[in-house]
Amino acid sequence: MAGTAVRGRLSWQTVTVGPVTDETAKVRTLRLEVPDWPGHRAGQHVDIRLTADDGYQAERAYSIASAPGEPLAITVERLDDGEVSPYLTEEARTGDQLEVRGPIGGYFVWEPGSDSGGPLLLAAGGSGVVPLRAIVRERSRAGSSVPVRLLYSSRSWEDVIYSSELDLPPGGVKVIYTLTRTQPPAWHGYARRVDEQMLTEVAWPASERPLAYVCGPTNFVESVAAGLVGLGYPPGRVKTERFGATGQ
Amino acid sequence: MTEASSLDDYALDGNAIGGLLIALFGTEMTTAVATCGSCGAVRQVAELPVYMPGLGIVVRCRSCQSVLMVFTGVRQVTCVDLMGLASLG
Repeated sequence: MAGTAVRGRLSWQTVTVGPVTDETAKVRTLRLEVPDWPGHRAGQHVDIRLTADDGYQAERAYSIASAPGEPLAITVERLDDGEVSPYLTEEARTGDQLEVRGPIGGYFVWEPGSDSGGPLLLAAGGSGVVPLRAIVRERSRAGSSVPVRLLYSSRSWEDVIYSSELDLPPGGVKVIYTLTRTQPPAWHGYARRVDEQMLTEVAWPASERPLAYVCGPTNFVESVAAGLVGLGYPPGRVKTERFGATGQ
Repeated sequence: MTEASSLDDYALDGNAIGGLLIALFGTEMTTAVATCGSCGAVRQVAELPVYMPGLGIVVRCRSCQSVLMVFTGVRQVTCVDLMGLASLG
């Protein structure tokens, strides 16, 4: 297939930052007021582009945190050496303007009835919980009763995003935490990285034809996806989205 | 998670370039099926390892690591090299 040069067709649009919510010390949710937002699917993302005064541009992809039908929101974790996330988590204020394009993605998406009916296994490493939270909210919004287990790996309890929401999950949704670095006193949950033993205890048996969504840093996704395939999940039933190394 | 221990820890996947691919191809491409021109492995674009070292974007085969696609941007124009693919669709 020969090389070619093409001009962009998906357009950037200027949006206004709406209400901002601090989720943890390093993580923030920003509502984005988009004129004529076409709507999105649970699990999709948007690209955000920042332009410096000298014209230098940086763009990054951020998962959409809200369910379809809810106002567009992204949840962003600050990476200390990042080009975009420090601005979004520390500088951006309600009323500021950003450039956004989206919604984007057709692979890492969930819609009620779009799979063959098995239970859902959601596995999140750190801020990989963001698109999975959109899936859980969409399940509720759509009135789906598909059973869900969300295995959520964080460094500490203070790093858990959406903790107040996930502490009171809707019926049929079970949240299992593992805290890999520090644990609160009297913690009875898992306290190590996700491993084969943990997946054996938490994941739906492959015989139930589960559908899995795994999102997080690359090494988390590789190890969880391989573990699920080892438990008999067909690779095509394990959907993955990688953030790259985050240094966490 | 610990610090990245190898180059592969920095690899993203095809989800990350979904926006670029819509801009270039005019349609959602992360569910498109890519066939490696070297080993014949077949994968959805979303599942392919993607490297963004800064100057451009390199998409490799998950089976044999051959370079499948390269995207480089110069002054609002993106140059696309799909030479590593046997097919995409």
